[in-house]
This record gives sequence, C-alpha cells and structure tokens, in this order.
Amino acid sequence: MAPVSRKRHVSSAVAEQQTDKRVKIEPNHKVEEILQSKKHANAVYDIFELLQSEKVADVVGAAGACSRLFCCLLQRREMFQGKVPPEEEAMSGHYSPQEKYSIFMRHRYSSCVEMLLELLDHELHQIAESGLCCLMQFAAAEGNHPLLDLDWSEHHSFPRELILAVVNKLLSKTVDSSLLISRFQEFLEMDDVRYYVMSSVRENLTKVMDRSRGEVLPVYQSNVFTLMSNISIPNQESELTSFMVKQGANHADWKAAKLKEHKRVFEKMWLGFLKYQLPSNMYKKVLVILHDSVLPHMSEPSLMIDFLTAAYEMGGGISLLALNGLFILIHEHNLDYPDFYKKLYSLLEPSVFHVKYRARFFHLANLFLSSSHLPAYLVAAFAKRLARLALTAPPTGLLIALPFIYNLIRRHPSVRVLLHRPSEEEATVVDPYVMEEEDPAQCGALESSLWEIKTLQKHHHPDVSKAAGLINTPLVQQEEDISKVLETTTYQLMEQELKQTVVKKIPLEFETAAHFLQGGGGALGRHFCLTFTSV
Amino acid sequence: MGKPTKKRSVADKVRKAKTSTEIKNNPFEVKINRKKFDVLGRKVKHDVGLPGVSRSKAITKRKETLLKEYKQKNKSSKFIDRRFGEYDTKMAPEDKILQRFAMERKRSYDKKDVFNLNEDEELTHFGQSLAKMETFNDFVNSDDESEEKGLLSAEMTASHFGGGGGLLRKKTSGDQQEEDGSQRAKSRQELIEELILKSKQEKRERQAQKEEAQVLTEQLDKEWKSIQALMVKKAPKAESDEKPEEKPKLEEYDMMVRELGFEMKAQPSEKLKTPEELAREEREKLQKLEADRLRRMMGDEIGNSTQQQVHMSADDLNDGFILDNDDKKTLAYQDGKWNIEEEEEDNEEEDDNEEDGDTEEGEEDEEEGEEDEEEGEEEEGGVSSEEEDGHSDLESENESEEEEPKLEAKETSAKPLSQEEIKAQQEAAKSELPYTFAAPESFSELKDLLCNHTPDNQRLILARTLKCNHPSLAVGNKLKLQKLFGFLLEYVGDLASRTPPELTTVDKLIPELYNLCQMYPEAACKAMQSILGDAAHSMEEVLEVKGRAAFPSLDMLIYLKVTALLFPTSDFRHPVTTPALLYISQALTRCPVRSLQDVTSGLVLCCLAVEYVSFSKRFLPELINFLLGILHLAVRDKTTLGYTLVPPFRATGKLTDLLVLSDWESCKTWSKKSLPLSATQSLDLKTDLERDHHRLTCLSICLDLVKRCSLLYRDLPSFTVILQPIKTLLSKHLTAQTIPAALQELHKVILETIDSAPVAHPRLVFEKKKPIPLKLLTPKIVEVLDYGKKRGCTREEKEKERLKHKYKKEFKGALRELRKDSRFLAREKLNEVVQRDTERKKKRK
Repeated sequence: MAPVSRKRHVSSAVAEQQTDKRVKIEPNHKVEEILQSKKHANAVYDIFELLQSEKVADVVGAAGACSRLFCCLLQRREMFQGKVPPEEEAMSGHYSPQEKYSIFMRHRYSSCVEMLLELLDHELHQIAESGLCCLMQFAAAEGNHPLLDLDWSEHHSFPRELILAVVNKLLSKTVDSSLLISRFQEFLEMDDVRYYVMSSVRENLTKVMDRSRGEVLPVYQSNVFTLMSNISIPNQESELTSFMVKQGANHADWKAAKLKEHKRVFEKMWLGFLKYQLPSNMYKKVLVILHDSVLPHMSEPSLMIDFLTAAYEMGGGISLLALNGLFILIHEHNLDYPDFYKKLYSLLEPSVFHVKYRARFFHLANLFLSSSHLPAYLVAAFAKRLARLALTAPPTGLLIALPFIYNLIRRHPSVRVLLHRPSEEEATVVDPYVMEEEDPAQCGALESSLWEIKTLQKHHHPDVSKAAGLINTPLVQQEEDISKVLETTTYQLMEQELKQTVVKKIPLEFETAAHFLQGGGGALGRHFCLTFTSV
Repeated sequence: MGKPTKKRSVADKVRKAKTSTEIKNNPFEVKINRKKFDVLGRKVKHDVGLPGVSRSKAITKRKETLLKEYKQKNKSSKFIDRRFGEYDTKMAPEDKILQRFAMERKRSYDKKDVFNLNEDEELTHFGQSLAKMETFNDFVNSDDESEEKGLLSAEMTASHFGGGGGLLRKKTSGDQQEEDGSQRAKSRQELIEELILKSKQEKRERQAQKEEAQVLTEQLDKEWKSIQALMVKKAPKAESDEKPEEKPKLEEYDMMVRELGFEMKAQPSEKLKTPEELAREEREKLQKLEADRLRRMMGDEIGNSTQQQVHMSADDLNDGFILDNDDKKTLAYQDGKWNIEEEEEDNEEEDDNEEDGDTEEGEEDEEEGEEDEEEGEEEEGGVSSEEEDGHSDLESENESEEEEPKLEAKETSAKPLSQEEIKAQQEAAKSELPYTFAAPESFSELKDLLCNHTPDNQRLILARTLKCNHPSLAVGNKLKLQKLFGFLLEYVGDLASRTPPELTTVDKLIPELYNLCQMYPEAACKAMQSILGDAAHSMEEVLEVKGRAAFPSLDMLIYLKVTALLFPTSDFRHPVTTPALLYISQALTRCPVRSLQDVTSGLVLCCLAVEYVSFSKRFLPELINFLLGILHLAVRDKTTLGYTLVPPFRATGKLTDLLVLSDWESCKTWSKKSLPLSATQSLDLKTDLERDHHRLTCLSICLDLVKRCSLLYRDLPSFTVILQPIKTLLSKHLTAQTIPAALQELHKVILETIDSAPVAHPRLVFEKKKPIPLKLLTPKIVEVLDYGKKRGCTREEKEKERLKHKYKKEFKGALRELRKDSRFLAREKLNEVVQRDTERKKKRK
C-alpha cells in the first residue's frame, strides 16, 4: 500500500491548496465511496483531515461520518480481528490483499479513536460532545462485533479499554468537564456501561491519587464527584434490563448483569473516592447527597463510618451535614456512636440559626431527641442551651426554637421544672447554668429556669412574643409540628403580615410629623444630619 | 260533581247540628297529626285536626264572601243589607229585634230634636196646661192662686218679654195698692226693679269691661307686633306686606327692641377657653391617645376602637373647609429680588389680589412694586429675618407653639444659608407660583410639577394642591389625593436616590406626607406596604442567589424612617410597622459589612431599630448582635475573644478590621459631629486621618446605641446574658484606654449599666389557674326558631332567615287559598249550569 500512501501525500499537498473546494466535499459522500469499493479506501484520510479542521461544522460532520464508516465496517467484519500486527510489517508481510485492507482499516480505526479522544479536550462543547457520541457509538458497535478474541469470559465482549480511555479523558485534572459529564449521563442509563464506567473510575482514581500522594486536586475531584453523583444504581435486579452490548448465551454469568456486582463496584468506587483528603466544599457536597443517593446503594453502608465520623469531628456546617448520614447508620445499621449526644450538644452554637442547613439540622435534632429514654439532665441541657442561643436568633429561628423546646419539655415531664418550680417561689436565684461547659451532664441546666423565654416575651415580632407567652400557663399535651415552620423565611413572615386583610381602622401616629429626623427618642437625629455640613 | 256536594251539604247540616264536643269525640271526624318527637306532657296546638269542620267553615266563609262577589260581578248597582245584625249568627233573634227597635227610636229622637220646639213638652200658662185650657172649663182663677202659681213664670215673662208685661204690671200695681202694701207684692215689685237695676248695671259693667278689654287687646296687639318680629324671623316681612301703612311708624325704640330680640335669639356661643383649659384638653387628648397606644402595644385585640381621631390638618380652622386665599402667600418679584413682606402687609396685598382675581401678573407686579418701594427700607435690614419669613406662613400653620422655636432654630442651624445663596434661590425661582394646581395623575406629572423649585416652594405647591383638591370640593378628589400619596412616596425615594440626595426637600415634604396619611390611612398603608414588600422581595431574591445581600440603599432607609413618622411603631402588631421592623431585622442579619459605607448604613439601620423599639422596649436580638459585630470591627487584637460572634460577622478574616484606627494619633484631633445620611451611599475620605475620624465617629455612634440599648433592655430577665458579649468585649478588648477620651465617659456608663442590673431572678412558675367551677346541671337552653334548623349566625342573618321562612309559608298559604277559591267558584258555576239545564228541561217537557 505504499504507493497509495505516497499518492496520498501528493493529494494532501493538493488538498491544502484547494481547501475551499474540499470543504464542500461531503464527508458522507466519501463514506459511501469507501463502503462501495475498496479502491476508494484512501478517502478516509480526507475525513480525518476534516476531523482536525478548525470549523465546528466540519468536525461535527466528520465525526458523524467516522462513526458511520467504522460502525459499518465493524458490522461487515471488514476489520482485522484479534491481535493486530504493526502496519509496516503487515504491508510488507505475506498477507492477502483482503487481509491487508482489513489491517489498514483497523489501524485507521485506532488512529480515529485517538483523534476522537483528543477532541474530548476541545474547548467547544459541541465538538467534544460529537466526539463523545461517536466514541460511544464505536463502543456499542465494537461490543456487538468484538475486535478481540472472546476467550476471556469475565468481561465477555465489552470494549473495556475504550470506556476506560473515555473515562480517563472525562476526569480531567485541569478542566471542569461537568458539561460533558452531564452529556455522558445519558449513556450511564445503560447498565453495562455504568458498571464498566464505575470500575474505570476506580481504576483512574487509584492511579491519579497515588501519583499525587493524597494531595487535594480540586478540579479533578470535582470532576470525579460530578461523574459519580450522576451514577445511580437501580433498586432491584429485575430493573437491570438496558444493555448496550447484548450477550448471547452466557448473559447470566456476566458480572455487569448482576445487581450485587453493581453495588460492590459502586461501593468500592465511593470508598476509593472518600479515602483521600477532600476540599472542604467537596465535603459538603458529598454529605448533602450521601444519605439518599449513596448509602442506600452500598452493599455494606457501615464502611462509611470512618468518613462520617471524620466529617462529624470537623465541626461547623460539615458536622451538621454528617449528622444525617450518621443517623442512618445509627438507626438502620446498629452503629454505636459514643458521646453522640455530647457532640450534638456542642454543635449548638449561635450560627445554627443562621446557616443554610438550619431546617435539616433541626429536623434531625428533633428526631434524635424524640426518644423518651433520654436522661432528664440531657434534655434539660439541650432545652436550656437552645433557649440561650435563641437570644441571638432571628425571628424565623425563634419560631422553630420555641416549639422545639416546648416539645422537649412535653416529652419529658421531669424537665418541666425549667418552666415551673413552685417550691422556691420567693427566693431569687442566679442562673446556675454554665454556657461554656461542654458536657451536658455538668452544665447545671436542670437547676436553672428558662428566663430566656420570659425575655423573648418582649420580642419585637408578635408571633414570637405570642409563642413565648405560652410558658405562662401549663403547656398543652399535644406536641407542635415543627416541620411546618422549618423552611419559613423572613420574607414569608413579612408577606404574611402584609397580606393580612385590614378590616379595622389603621392606627396612625398621633404626634404630628413636621421634620424628618424627629421622634423615636431621636437616635437618628442625634448622630446623623440631612446634608453634609462643612467641616 | 253535583252528587258529592249534595252529600257534603247534608253532612254539613248534620255537622252543624252537632256540638263541637260531639264532633271531637267522633273518631271519624278527627285527624291525628303525626308528631316527629313526642314530648310527654307538652301541649301541642295542632295535634288533632278536624278536617270536616274546617272545610265546612271554609265553605261557609266563601259563600259569604266569594260567592257574593261572584254574584255581584258585572252588576253596576249593589244591594247592601244594612239591617242591624242581619248576618250576625251569634245574636238571638229577640235581641236583634230589640236592638233594632232601640236604634230606630234613637234615630228618630235625634232627628226630631234638632228642630224640635218642645213638641213633647206641655205648654203652660200660669202653671196650667194650655192644652187643657183649651177646654175652658175653669178659666177664672183667684189671684192668689195665679200669683202663687205664676211666680216663676212672671219673672220669666218680665225678663223675657220686657215691655210686654206693662199691662200686667199695671194690673199688679193696682193690685198692690188695693191690698195695702202686702209684703209679697212689694217685694215682688222691688225684686223686679232690682232685677232691672241689676241687669242694667250688669249691662254697663259688661260694656265697660268690653271697652277695657278692647283697650287691653289693642295694647297687647301693639306689643305683640313689636315682639312678633323678634320671635318669628320672617314675620316682620309678612307684616310689612300686609300693612304697609304701618311701616313709617317704626320707631327707634322698636328697632332697638328688635335688635335686642335678635341678639337674644343668637346662639349662645361657647365660653372662650382659658389657656389652662386648652392645655388641659390637649393633655387629656394626648393621654387618651397614649392609653390607646399602650393598649395596642400590649397586643390586646382592638375591639371597638374608641380612637375616633378626626384629623385636623394643621391648616384647619375647625370651621369646615373654606377655600380662602388668606393664608396663601403671594410671591412677587421686584427687580429679580424675592419680595417678602411683613405679615400684615401681606394680608392687605392679598386682599387686593383677591379682588383683582387673576389679573395679569405683570400688573400685579407693578402694583406691588409700588408698594414695595415704600417698604424697601424696612426690609433691607435683615436678610436672615427674611429667610425666616419665607417659612413663616408655612410654620404659622403648625399649631404646636412650643415646638416651633426649637425646630426653627434647628432648621436654621441645619441650613445656614448665606445671602448669596438666598439671592441665587430667588433668581432661580423667577416664575411666580400659581395658586391652583391640578392633582398629578402620575408620578412623572408630579415630578414635572415639583422639579426646578426650591424645597419651600415644593412644599407650598403641595399644600396648595391639597387645598385645591380637597375631597369636599369635588367627587374624584379623594381618589386623586389617595394616589398622590403613592406618588409622593415615590418622589421621596427618587429624591433620596439622586446624587447627592436632596434630603432637605424630603424634610420639607414630611408634613404634607403626614397630612395626607392622616386623611387616608388605608391608601397610605397600602402604598407603604407595597414599597416594603417590593424591597423585601428583591432582597430575598438576591439572598436566594448569592446567600447574602447588600445593605438597603438610602431611599429604603428614608422610607423606613418615614414609616416610623407616619405610623405608630410601638403597636404589638401593625400592618405597616411590623413588616418594616422585620425588614430591618432581616437586613441586620443577612447583610455582611464589607466597607465603611456598610458600617454607616448598618448604624443608620440600628438607629432606626432603636427608634422603632424605644417606646415599646421590645427586644430585638439582631440589634445587639449587630452592635457587637461593629464593636468587634474596632478590636485590634483578635486572638482570644471570650465571646462568640453571630453571622453575618466573622471572628477573623479579611474585612474584620474595618474600624481599627490606622494611627492612634488621630484620636487627638477628632471631635464628634453628625454624619450626613448620604454617607451611607458614598464616602469621600481621602486621607488616613479622615478615615480614622470617620471610624471614630462610627464607634461613638455605636457606643451611644449600646448605651441606649442597655437602658432599654435593663428590665429584661436575661439582660446580663444578652449583653455579656458586649461587656466582655468592652472590658477586655476595647478598654477605656484604647478609645479617645471623649468616648471614655460613654464606655464607663455602659459598663456601669450592665453591672448594675440585677443578676438573680425569681424562679419561673406558671400563672395560677383559676379553679375550674363544678359542672352545674342547669339545662342547656336552645333557642327555638320559627324555622326548624338553626341557620345563620348573627342576629341579622337569623332575622333574614326568619322572614324568608315566613314569606315562603305565607306564599304557600296564599296559593292554596287561591286554588281553593277557584275550585269553589268552578263548583258554583257548574251548579248554576246544572240548575239552568234542569229548569230548561222541565220547561220543555
């Protein structure tokens, strides 16, 4: 085939001069030619050239043409199967022309795959996307018409190498490829693809992270996370139905067809990911999805305990988020966590009323403290601490905290002394509660009273003030449902006020307003003036 | 058809014959009504019905009424039986006859009596019946007898027939002489004479009396006429119409009397109130308002709000609205100079102006110019007094005399305008303001109306607009003014968001805003609510996207302050101020402080927050958090804190040293002064020194606010806990040595206040419950209504239901009766036809 290639070089020189003309040549037309007769085989170079051009439309068209061409060739089995000899050797060797053609085409195929893989790194999403689609079509065709011998039973005919290469490209260390990954998600719907992607991810992870010696690679890790969070495992084995590659008789033996195997790989992948140190925002991302999209699909969720305890020890918002996962482990998997409540107690600080995960935290705290077997001192400590924190909370937080405290007291009648201690009615007491004490057993909450709620009766918001006023009389037995108020925002509170239909007369200020800065004790007028006075 | 009726009539006859008890005992006559709920011992009206009886009753009644009418139909004449008791079945026939007879007699008696000349009485002569005398059997009577008998009649004749008795008298005198002065005769004559005398005397007296009466009446009439005019207003006119000849007679005296009468008639005016009384009334009114405010602050349900605060505009003279131009000041220009007169001359001129009406302005100018030249000397003296005069007509409207000098002083101090500036202003306001303005229909119209005017003129324009469009003048004005409030608010925001903000104008517009708000609280409430809602909404959107928000811009701060001026901030729940306070709270919690402007904005918000809660002393945690955060910004060494900061503040980080002084020396040159509100938008600080001074000002404001808070909240049970972080910060980190001397006093006061608060508190106990009374076995009383089920809650609804039910019932009853009527008539008609047919048949046979 040497002369052909030489000729080819000549023609490429010509081609460079007549680019314009060449562009108009339909890549699909070339494909037709190649497929019709083998003598047009060299047209494949024209397609490759288009594939490497600058123009988006050309590249996309060429990629489509490539996929069409090689899929067709694979179907016709016109490509060399098995271990392929090097190209020069094949040309000079004792192969029949038919074989030579197939070897030639096989080499073009592999160079095409390489080129397409390069395209995945392209800045333009459209190009990268077309490359990805093309590669996946190759993978499908190759799976159904394998190029390699089918002697190893484990992976059957699945094009593992190709998938691994794609995954390696997707998990870039430098570029955020979340767009491409979201495109890739469509292929993850297929169970076998998903299975092999998972194992490829794990392989890739070990390789990359070992090389970086455990250092944090934010872009890479976020890519990995994006990919992994897109993977969802079906719940039942019967749901494993969509496969890219159809296996014949030995389908049942195939690992990719077993849910158990899926779960195992999934678990290994996640554990492999979480084993290494993560950036702190990644912790939050992981913890947010952990409890409902990861833990249920793991074959052995208790393996997560290390990660969760580490996160829980971290403090702040991450601890709050780790609570959710821990709760599942404690609740469903019999995890025993020493000093859990102590830790929970220390999580209560002024910021809980201000963070984004407030609703989630109070929901869980409500669950943890719903047990009626908790000791009274613990419940009292929680109630007292919450009451203290309530002194710095915004109205929305208070509307959660107050019913929360009331519910605690309702569940544990022995804590009622916080609100009602009639024997020492006359004497005045200095608050014995120690805010700084970390151990709920030592803080002396049970000897205290909830003067904070008494204070909140003077709160500026009428609803809060009303809620705090409930402690004047014995609480009703019915617990309040705090889940309704968990998500309220200040704006909703405001809307509520604004929407109230006013039937009655609107009270007006009776002091005549004559000047802008007057009234209200003159705080504003004392410190500020209307215009800039010359110094 | 004929047969059953016949039967029925037979049955009716039988029934009539039976007594009612007989009927009731007959089980075939009785229909027992089914009872839904049988209550033992209850007497029910309609438990037993007697259908037969009631039917026959109905038929007889119809026969008497409907059938008669039917028979009478199409007959022009009518026979009315007026015989007494003819159709009264209850009366016995004997009674009837008796009664009729009695009536007959009575009637004839009455009739005869009218012209009866004693027909029934016997006429007598000398005591003898004339009828008997006709027989003439004994016509000669002895005198004695006649005298004895005729004594009465003689007297009568004497008096009755006057001279007719001359002959008789002669005769009697003769008799007297003959009988030698018999006592009786003499006495009789004397009697007659006496009688005559008496009668004459009487006659004379009567005449005299009559004359006297006449005189008196005339006199009375005269007096009456003089007074009548006073008593009835229109009487004199009528009188004069009737008796024109009396007109010239009017004397001065009468006039005076009348005048006096008029004065008497005038309404008694209220006693002029002494200043003490006025003050007391004012105080009572304020006390009442204050009590109302406290009640609302406590959050009691506003029942029938007694607050009937009728707004009195500052301009109101308490005599209803009168559009007069008296208090409007004419603006005139003389040689490009703003022409401002003294008050009295002002009035004179305005009188002129009123007469002139809308003559050409040029003419006016000329006229005034002439006058002005005379006054020129007076005016040239004090420019500053002129300046004040410029406000004078505005400020004289404000009735609060006590506040006046203070405020004015404040204003002049806030705006010390030099002479050049005034001149420039006058130059700028070349064109004279018109007197009437149409109410602007849109915001841009308002803007066009007000732009290019000085703040004072803008206010004047607005005041005039309000007057010209007073709701009592035209129908649509109310709506216009309601809209105007919204536009005005928008305009205020517009002024505040200009660069530089025109806050003096805002200040001038406040009274007008207040007036409008007092006139239309609902519209004002709506407008304010929409502004707050929009601001909160946009902040919420930013928060959702970014997680944090920027501090509210100056116009929003202005709006919040205006809210506090227009509406009471101390109410437990108020449709405007509660959301406004929530907005402040939200801003203080969610807006991170990232520059000195932010610090200033935050401090303005804090000032507003303190003002909002200053009366009610309600607890605002966000305020304390924010002040702590600001103080923290001034702490130099942030290693060991001992207090926890609350978001949006962070203990350490990039922007946590905003208020740390760059150079300690700048303390010495610093002195406290007010910051302009525009500092929240842009700060023009070039040098480090200026920056440090600004920092120190912020710090002083912050400390003052902390002091105010600590005084406000010292009664709260958790006061020490609330202020613990601030105390730690002030005593450990921002100690007295690290702040300028001017602030050390404040620092000390704060720490003392915190320390002096009581630490120990009584234990919490539930309020004592009232003992629950034992359940009493009083029966539950259920109102029984005309219509079965209980429907409708209020009394009006119940009444409506009842009437509806009643109407329905009546309607049905009427329908039933009508149907029965028509059936009855049909039956009768058929009877008639049948009868006629049978007669015809008989005749044809």
